[in-house]
Amino acid sequence: MTDEATPLFDIELRLLLDAVYLRYHYDFRGYAFSSLRRRVRHAMTRFGCERVSDLQHRIIHEPEFFAEAIQYFTVQVSEMFRDPGYFRTLREEVVPVLTTYPSVKVWVAGCSSGEEVWSLAILLAEEGLLERSMIYATDINPDALAKAQRGTYRVDRVAQFSRNYLAAGGRRSLSDYYTSAYGNAMFDRRLTQQVVFADHSLATDSVFSEVHFVSCRNVLIYFNRALQDRAVGLFCDSLVRKGFLGLGSKESLQFGAHAEKFEAFAPEQRIYQRKVPG
Amino acid sequence: MTDLPEPFGAVVIGASAGGIQALRVLLEGLPATFEPPIVVVQHIPPDRPSALAELFGYRCVLPVVEADDKQPLRPGTVFFAPPDYHLLVEDRQTLALSIDEPVKFSRPSIDVLFESAAAAFGTQLLAILLTGASSDGSEGLVSVRRAGGKAWVQCPSEAAVPTMPESALALAGADAVLRLRDMCDRLQGSFQ
Repeated sequence: MTDEATPLFDIELRLLLDAVYLRYHYDFRGYAFSSLRRRVRHAMTRFGCERVSDLQHRIIHEPEFFAEAIQYFTVQVSEMFRDPGYFRTLREEVVPVLTTYPSVKVWVAGCSSGEEVWSLAILLAEEGLLERSMIYATDINPDALAKAQRGTYRVDRVAQFSRNYLAAGGRRSLSDYYTSAYGNAMFDRRLTQQVVFADHSLATDSVFSEVHFVSCRNVLIYFNRALQDRAVGLFCDSLVRKGFLGLGSKESLQFGAHAEKFEAFAPEQRIYQRKVPG
Repeated sequence: MTDLPEPFGAVVIGASAGGIQALRVLLEGLPATFEPPIVVVQHIPPDRPSALAELFGYRCVLPVVEADDKQPLRPGTVFFAPPDYHLLVEDRQTLALSIDEPVKFSRPSIDVLFESAAAAFGTQLLAILLTGASSDGSEGLVSVRRAGGKAWVQCPSEAAVPTMPESALALAGADAVLRLRDMCDRLQGSFQ
């Protein structure tokens, strides 16, 4: 058994992140170390590696192994309409503003397996905005993107999704949007006709479009301060004047470099609005 | 005193069923001169706001807050984990949150807090495990002790629910098995 609470573990972990960057151009060097340690240790247990350097050896030499191991570097935990108050505020306070634009572009940054993308698509559909919206759903993890695109979730998770949906002010029943089969709930493909799923890294890539709303929830918590600043800088450059940024319920711009470029729109839901530069 | 870290960098506390009462004894007894930051995971339901910071804020001399992501780890401050997030010690200056999978059905998880704090503070850490009906915290306490930190476990006979302390003692052992009042006295004594 290996011990993550040693300086040697951290040294090896930094070397691994350097190696992954040099070999595959995935940049995890700015990720918060505390949760990365734990996930890398899981990967070591899963793949029977005694040391981080054993994991590194396989990752460097076996690209197909890296494709499997990368699942442990990124987090794929979410639920539909997580934090219902956030979605309720979007529906009641943000969507009415978005509706004033002839067309609306939304960026779900770090969309992981897509629960939030589908939630937003449902919300926009119910508010009559989906048809003139374009949603960019981006992540660095190809498997997660494929899952997001499929929109198929284990049926045992759906009860929680439904509770959240109703608490978020859902106008119908969540079951109107999916069909159940083989223990899975498959969401209606028509919801994502306006969604582009794409590979994009907040650590290495740049702005790709002008958008009216960025939703990036519980992604920044996995970044260190410098990488958080980079990501929020991208959001800022990408947003139209008075565009909206939604973060996770415990994330804040308060400690970051771009705090003064935003004003709080719905502070308790961590929804910000880009200031008009002046 | 041999079962306190020297130098004393931080305290992490884990509590579950019966924890509020136990934390009252422990935290309300701490003096304003207490220097290390105190980071607490009390198991709470994921789907409603936590009142812990408010509750203890009224009763403690020390400032009490619900932790935010990347919040500076201020000395003499009590940080509570928010509902449905793991709370981690990122480094000696900073806290971090995560929504990684629940551990032993819990998010926040005591193991996650303890392991991260062990990595950050090593020999300068004191970890305290209190009453509870789970085995969360046991593995975390192993990490703390392996990194050279000190582990205090609430005396199972005093705990409202002894499962958690018993599980920890079986897996990790402890530097001291104490009643709450004794924990309190020792912590106070170290900062008088």
